[in-house]
Amino acid sequence: MIAAPQKIACVEIGGIPIALSTDDERFLDLVSQRYDGFLSSSHPQFELQFDLTSTGPVSDDDVRVRREGDAWLIKRGDFQARWDPRTGRGSVRQNANPYSLDSVLRILHSLILAQRGGFLLHAASAICDGRAYLFSGVSGAGKTTITRFAPPDVTLLTDEISYLRLGADGYSAFGTPFAGELAKAGENCSAPVSALFFLEQGPENRIDELPSSEAVRRLMRNILFFAEDRALVEKLFTTACNFVSRVPIRRLTFYPDARVWDEVRTFARNFAGNLQEMPEHV
Amino acid sequence: MSETCIYIARSSAIAARALAGEMMVMNSADSTFFTLNEVATVIFQAADGHTPLREIVRDQVCEQFDIDPEQAQADAEEFVAELSGHGILLVSSQPLAPETP
Repeated sequence: MIAAPQKIACVEIGGIPIALSTDDERFLDLVSQRYDGFLSSSHPQFELQFDLTSTGPVSDDDVRVRREGDAWLIKRGDFQARWDPRTGRGSVRQNANPYSLDSVLRILHSLILAQRGGFLLHAASAICDGRAYLFSGVSGAGKTTITRFAPPDVTLLTDEISYLRLGADGYSAFGTPFAGELAKAGENCSAPVSALFFLEQGPENRIDELPSSEAVRRLMRNILFFAEDRALVEKLFTTACNFVSRVPIRRLTFYPDARVWDEVRTFARNFAGNLQEMPEHV
Repeated sequence: MSETCIYIARSSAIAARALAGEMMVMNSADSTFFTLNEVATVIFQAADGHTPLREIVRDQVCEQFDIDPEQAQADAEEFVAELSGHGILLVSSQPLAPETP
């Protein structure tokens, strides 16, 4: 029996190209449409081979991510994946559900980023005057709302899942195709992070300081991380502390209209030149 | 207040960082998170497994803070019991060997 030829789409999120290979033409079309704007001709750093099933979700099981030898096993009711960080290769068994595909990619990126001092954050993000601003909070806190009120010169990176990487000059935020209620992918670009705001809606716009411990606590609560791995959790904690020591983190109480962006711009002006200095305790 | 000699050591299942003058400790087994005050930080940092708690309180806590020794010892024992309950500190009546992660 001759195996069907594999077709490949390379999806590059956060500057990390991952080849998705399948022998199913329709699934490839789905990948191309879903990640339009994030398709890349770069040489892939990692590869996932998809084995598609025709059945629906097997169960409603929550996601579990655990090590088996050198590889990561990623299981949820609707998919099962195995990825070996040494070879960079993995396989996924799922049906052609795009939400399963999104989840697999998010988990894989969270594992890659955790090793590199970055993370995925449950936050909207946008570029304003060349700098990235993050808006985090639980569902309903206003992530999508604040992106809806963004002025035309603001570039949306995501209204749901922010992508943070540590570079030589500090943290940068990258656009992601992972959309929330806005149902619109972010722009595929990046900028240095200027501030992270934890959102609350209120009768007026105001920005308040947060103690470092509270900032770390809130940050840890909103980082997307699934792996049952003590060493990686410790690394993530170190990353969160590093982020808090480099990036201004505030509570942003906002009244849902466009004036909140004036507040963000004013904050940015006040903090210009005081961003991402080397931390005291790193 | 206990007359028994208590030895305390930091668990290997934790990550700790000082940030802006605060010590933050996380139990990596269950991701529980604690912020220690100044006195608690001194005790936590001195938890080497072979210095008795009473000695830590006498030589470090009472030296650095204006605090009644009896009260300091009682508070320290309460703090140690709490962190021990969360798997942050190991407690023994014998000296403890450092845990290997």
